[in-house]
Formats: sequence, structure tokens, C-alpha cells
Amino acid sequence: MLQSTAVTAADAHRAIDAVWRIESPRLIAGLTRIVRDVGLAEDLAQDALVAAVEQWTESGVPDNPGAWLMATAKHRAVDRLRRDERLDRKHAEIGRELEAAQKMATPVPESGDFGDDLLRLVFIVCHPVLSTEARVALTLRLLGGLTTEEIARAFLVPEPTVAQRIVRAKRTLTAAHVPFEVPAAGDLEARLESVLGVIYLVFNEGYSATAGDDWMRPALCLDALRLGRLVAELLPREPETHGLVALMEIQASRTRARVGPAGEPILLLDQNRGQWDQLLIRRGLVALDRAEALGGALGPYALQAAIAACHARARTAAETDWAQIAALYDALAQLAHSPVVELNRAVAYGMAFGPAAGLELADALISEPSLKSYHLLPSVRGDLLAKLGRSDEARSEFERGASLTRNARERQLLLERAAACPPESTV
Amino acid sequence: MRFLMYEVGASASTPPSPALMAEMGKLVEETTKAGILLATGGLGANSTRVRSSSGRVAVTDGPFTETKELTGGFALVEVKTKEEAIEWAKRFRKIVGDGESVVQEVFGG
Repeated sequence: MLQSTAVTAADAHRAIDAVWRIESPRLIAGLTRIVRDVGLAEDLAQDALVAAVEQWTESGVPDNPGAWLMATAKHRAVDRLRRDERLDRKHAEIGRELEAAQKMATPVPESGDFGDDLLRLVFIVCHPVLSTEARVALTLRLLGGLTTEEIARAFLVPEPTVAQRIVRAKRTLTAAHVPFEVPAAGDLEARLESVLGVIYLVFNEGYSATAGDDWMRPALCLDALRLGRLVAELLPREPETHGLVALMEIQASRTRARVGPAGEPILLLDQNRGQWDQLLIRRGLVALDRAEALGGALGPYALQAAIAACHARARTAAETDWAQIAALYDALAQLAHSPVVELNRAVAYGMAFGPAAGLELADALISEPSLKSYHLLPSVRGDLLAKLGRSDEARSEFERGASLTRNARERQLLLERAAACPPESTV
Repeated sequence: MRFLMYEVGASASTPPSPALMAEMGKLVEETTKAGILLATGGLGANSTRVRSSSGRVAVTDGPFTETKELTGGFALVEVKTKEEAIEWAKRFRKIVGDGESVVQEVFGG
């Protein structure tokens, strides 16, 4: 009789992929603690995956796949370290410890015990000794469970480039003897900044993807959210971990509303708020509450999340609490001053306190070299000047903005606004 | 991809044991840490049906024996593949024992 539960090889592969996505981060983390080398740990984990594919395709996924993978990888570790025995005494020592531990039938730790190892892995893959590209690739591969091919597709680079980046990154970590540990209190803040920076970079890469792109690109938002939520659970006492999660959840809540039917971008204030994902907004507001409940001044991520939350709480664009947003931009400008933050502050001031107040801030940016070819500065100034009735100046600003943007639709919009400015003599 | 998972047809009369609750707590913690659990909740034992037919609406209180009722609880997860959702459902079933869960994709979320 045929068994109705019989699975095809393709089904089995997909099931194994799913197990791998769930189990690989803590598998690699646990192995790194044992062999003290992240590159070797990943090789061993990959060996275990190959063994799993061979066996599970035949016999199905075992009851506790995580424990199976760990046990298999540990056996490989013993074999490999024993092979290196004559070459390297330290490795041999680890191998013997491991063997002894296995003889005593050490139970595989409960899932909760993996937390510390995972956190160490988070800090190692985002270590400052690595370039930003290397941190991103290693994070997605070792913590996100993505394949090299998936990372390459998502970042629009050739697969060998990503493979090279990962190989070099692992070598760099080994050569620099980067310890497998959570940074000490004094270093924690700076090291955490690097971790959160990598996650937010991945998120923005996905967020900037457009409708025609490969689905791997927008999926990066989901990868970043997963990583952010993981780090927030591993470091629940750090307000910025919750701040970043809050920011990403609220931004992700607008995914459906921010692109029109023809793929054109829709600005925040023009979006149909009914399309915002209320579940993600609620999760974002809860995360922001957690950041605020930890006390102290809000960090840059929590402040940006608080600004995003002001928009999320307003049922219509007209209900937006611009005074609160302006105050939050004041705080953000003090903490993380940049011309782009300053320009956003000018917009908020214009909405909260009138166009003259906004223009005063925007005018201070005219000589800013980094904004010289940034189309949003003339766009913002044009808007504020038009509201003040300074029509001629507004028109020339909109035209300048149109000449600077590379987005065809945006250019068209700016030219329309320029054409709508009445000649001043007739006003 | 979002999936809704829920139990059907389980007897709602016996409250879960403390040991089962502890195991469930661990699974919730694990899925929260994995960043995939968006929402979860338990369902009350009594359900009410609101039916419409030919423009008339009728309200009927449960229990309903003729069909499998949604029981126990639900979880809304966000994962990359259907198989990933199924893997979590398998882990849930191993904890709660005999019974049946349904895994269904949620669109427009």
C-alpha cells in the first residue's frame, strides 16, 4: 500500500531548508564556542547540513532536528580536530575535551541556553575589524540563514563577489584572533552601534527596492526585522535595540501604501492610511514603549521611531502632531547632527510654526557642501517660499530641484509645481 | 509570508496542565526570539455564530458539535516559506500531543 505521507525529494529539500533557516544561527553559534573559530564552525555546520540532506531525504526530518545537526557537527569536529592533531596542539586539546564531553553523554543544551552563544555570534559578525560589506554578508549568512546566492541577488552583486567577501571576512576574524565574547560594558555601546547599523542598512536596502525588483530585495526588510527582534530579545536592557525594532516595524507598516499602482512613490502625507499595517504599527509602538520604559534620554533610533510613531498615531495627515515632531527633530539634531536631519527639521518647523520658521532653518543649509546636488533642499525651499507667496523664488527652486533629481516622476512633479507658481507681478 | 496557525476539534473542557503551559511558554519565547511570531492568543471555550442568509442575520450560541471548532489558540507568524511555518506547527504539535492544527497563508497583511 502506498503511504499517503510519502514525500517527494523536492518536498524534503524544502522542509530541510526550513529547518536550516531556524536552526543554523544557534548551531553555528554553539559550534563557534566549541571550536573557537567562526569559519571552521560554519564549515562544520555545512557538513552537518550535507549529512542531513542525505539522511533526511530518505528517512524524513527527525524529531529534534536541531539536536541531530549539533550532534553530527560535533562528530565532524572531533574527526577534523583529531586530523589536525599533529599540526596544532591547541586544536587537539579542544578535540580531546570535546570527545570526553561526548563520552559523558553531555545533553544538548536546551534552546534557551543558546542565547549567550547567539549574542556572541552577533557581535563577532559585526566586528569593527570587518568592512561594512563583510559585516552585512556575514550577518545575513550566519544569522539570517541566507545562502550566498540569495545575498548576491538581494544586493545586486555577482555571487562570487559575495562568496569572496565571506571567505575574506572569516579569514580576517581568524587572523585578528577576535574573541568569541560579548563586549565588556565599556565597549558595549560602540559595538552595539555597529550591530544595529548593519541591521538598519539591510532594512534600508530592502526598503529602497522598487516594484520591478527581484523579490529577494524587499525580503531583506523581513530579514532585518527578524534580526532586529532577535537582538532586542538578546539585549532587552538596551533601549536602542527596541528603538531600532520600533523604527523598522513602523516603517515596514507603510510598505503597501508607499508605492502607487504604476510603481510610483507616494509621499508619507499623501498615503492612504487605511493601507498601513496596524499590526506592525502596534508592534512598533510597543517596542518604542519598551525603549522609553528603560529610562534615560532616547538614542537616535528611538528618536526616529518616536517621529515615525507621531505619523502612525495620526489618523489623517491633518492630525499630525508637528510640534511634537519638531521637538523630536531638535533632540535628534543635538544627538546625531547631519544636514539631512537638519533639512527634515526645517520641514517639521515649517509645518509646526509656519513657513518662515522652516525657511530660516532651510536657508542655513544653502552653503552646505554635502547638499549641493541634493534635490530635496531646493524642493523643500520651493515649498516654503511658495507658501510665503515668494512665487518667483519658489519657481526657480522647483526648477533647480527638477534638474537635480534622477527620478523621472519626481522631476515631472517638481516641474508641475514650478509651472503652478504664478508670476509675482500679477499677484 | 504570513501564516495563521490554529487548532481545530480539540476538547476545550480540560484546562492545560502547568507542565504544558510551561512548554508552550518556551515555544512562544523561542518564536519571539526568532523574530517570527507576530501575534498569538488563546481562544475562549464558548463561541457564537453569526450567520446571514437571504438578507437575514441569525445569531446562534455554541457549543457546535457538527463541525470542527477552532479551539485552543492561534499564532500569526511571518516566515519566508510555507515549510518554515509547517516546521513551527510540528514543534507545536509535539508539545500539545494528539490533535490537529491548520496552517493557512494570510494575504494582504
